[in-house]
Amino acid sequence: METPLTGNIRPGMEPPDLPQYEKAGGYRALRKTLQMAPKDVMALVKESNLRGRGGAGFLTGLKWSFVPMGEDAPRPKYFVCNADEMEPGTFKDRRLLEGDPHQLIEGMIVGAYAVQADVAYIFLRWAYKVAAQRLEKAIAEAYRQGYLGKNILGSGYSLEMHLHAGAGRYICGEETALLNALEGRRANPRNKPPYPQVSGLWGKPTVVNNVETLCNLPHIVNNGALWFKSLSRSPQSDGGTKLYGASGRVRRPGLWELPMGTSAREILEEHAGGMRDGYKFRGLLPGGASTEFLLDEHLDVAMDFDSVRKVGSRLGTGTMIILDDRTCPVGMLHNLEHFFAQESCGWCTPCWAGLGWVEQILHGLEQGQGEAGDLERLLSHARLMGPGRTYCALAPGATEPLQSGLQYFREDFERHIRERRCPWR
Amino acid sequence: MLSEQEKQEIETGLQHYPDRRALCIDALKIVQEHRGWVSDQGIADVAEFLQVSAAELEGVATFYNMIFRKPVGRHVILVCDSVSCWIMGSERLREHLSARLRIAPGETSADGRFTLLPNVCLGDCDHAPVMMIGSKHYRDLDPSKIDQLLANDWQE
Repeated sequence: METPLTGNIRPGMEPPDLPQYEKAGGYRALRKTLQMAPKDVMALVKESNLRGRGGAGFLTGLKWSFVPMGEDAPRPKYFVCNADEMEPGTFKDRRLLEGDPHQLIEGMIVGAYAVQADVAYIFLRWAYKVAAQRLEKAIAEAYRQGYLGKNILGSGYSLEMHLHAGAGRYICGEETALLNALEGRRANPRNKPPYPQVSGLWGKPTVVNNVETLCNLPHIVNNGALWFKSLSRSPQSDGGTKLYGASGRVRRPGLWELPMGTSAREILEEHAGGMRDGYKFRGLLPGGASTEFLLDEHLDVAMDFDSVRKVGSRLGTGTMIILDDRTCPVGMLHNLEHFFAQESCGWCTPCWAGLGWVEQILHGLEQGQGEAGDLERLLSHARLMGPGRTYCALAPGATEPLQSGLQYFREDFERHIRERRCPWR
Repeated sequence: MLSEQEKQEIETGLQHYPDRRALCIDALKIVQEHRGWVSDQGIADVAEFLQVSAAELEGVATFYNMIFRKPVGRHVILVCDSVSCWIMGSERLREHLSARLRIAPGETSADGRFTLLPNVCLGDCDHAPVMMIGSKHYRDLDPSKIDQLLANDWQE
């Protein structure tokens, strides 16, 4: 089984420096890219079925295709790597950032070339201190070698790249909020349209891609779209491998690079080793805090973007959080909704007000103060925060575990009200 | 007034962006790095240097949770309170830290050594529960490990 993304990564060791990365085939894709027309790079990536690994699953090549090209296109154009990994239960980008920083940098140059960007930023969450150090070092090495800066390898193409570390707040991972943060403002999301590809950073054309998405690009350029699709078990809709993870009371929590479309059951049972002794599986969130619960009956689903949709959830970040039988589902939802309420940017009312109410009702249930009608109130808030009612996906994301949790663990909720206590305490 | 050192670091950062406002967050971080936190004076100093209004900069400063608008201890302890760590027992860790340091979350210990803050997911979920002290990550924690590392690594 091929594992292109993690091939150079030795957990616990220093990442490959520039000579080591080059020796392993690094920056070959950059040389090849610079020989291609930008539109051919874009077409190649479209053909590969690479979909955005930040969670939304939008086709990367298609995302790029909305950037104005040609002589008359506004300048400068910007290319941004979203390395603001802060989705609860998600720890995949960190592995790539710390383990192989040159892979990301090469991927960014390839992507930036495809849309003919002039300046690239890596927006890194403040907590990833080791990644920051390693990226700074790798960017400096790439400049020295002529892979960044003016007239890269004599191609006539120039790109500046800077690392930008944030100062906290989950909302910075939302792509338009991220742009406001990069401009030095409060990270409130922007209304769309206009989309960032047309009017992003400082009103200029801007592409924002996730770390894992970008790390795939050198491999697609080196090996082609067909090869990339062949890595996946769902090649018709999704190309490549995927970093899948598991946390919670499983035997071996961890992160694995597997073919896209590997089943949830295989990840849970073979890679994570199943549940720890004394714990039974009750459900899981397949891809971070803002995805719907899946139950045992769903576990044979292929973990690709379309298949997980069909069973009523989302692939999200592909790092699953497991709920066991000795953990209170209401308590888990209270934890999740507390997170969303705290991290709401406060811009639109359904989000900041709705999430506050939801958190309060769940807190009441946990404290034995639940009342008849609470569950209907929760559902009504979930409807009011649903898609289309807010600027961004934070509140709709918050409703995903809430609505599915109410559906699948209804009896647990009702027990909290009936017994006037949390039965797990 | 900003120190020469602070000014120089902000100027270096400015080279990466097309306007001065873009440095708002970085400049606040630079001031915090040198002074421990960002006081009203710190806001005024940065605002003047970047040519933005102090009120607007205050809006930025209070948006981001890693900009401290109150004094903090010499080391900030960030205990992850997000879902994977919660499942793996982070509440117990926080209670243990509170009892040991005799502070509630949000407070600073009497000796000025530690400030205890709950924090969102630190991206180490396969090693839950986790926390950070300063810029160092600690993984797979339990109360006895916390006792050990507080005694060994963080006596200053």
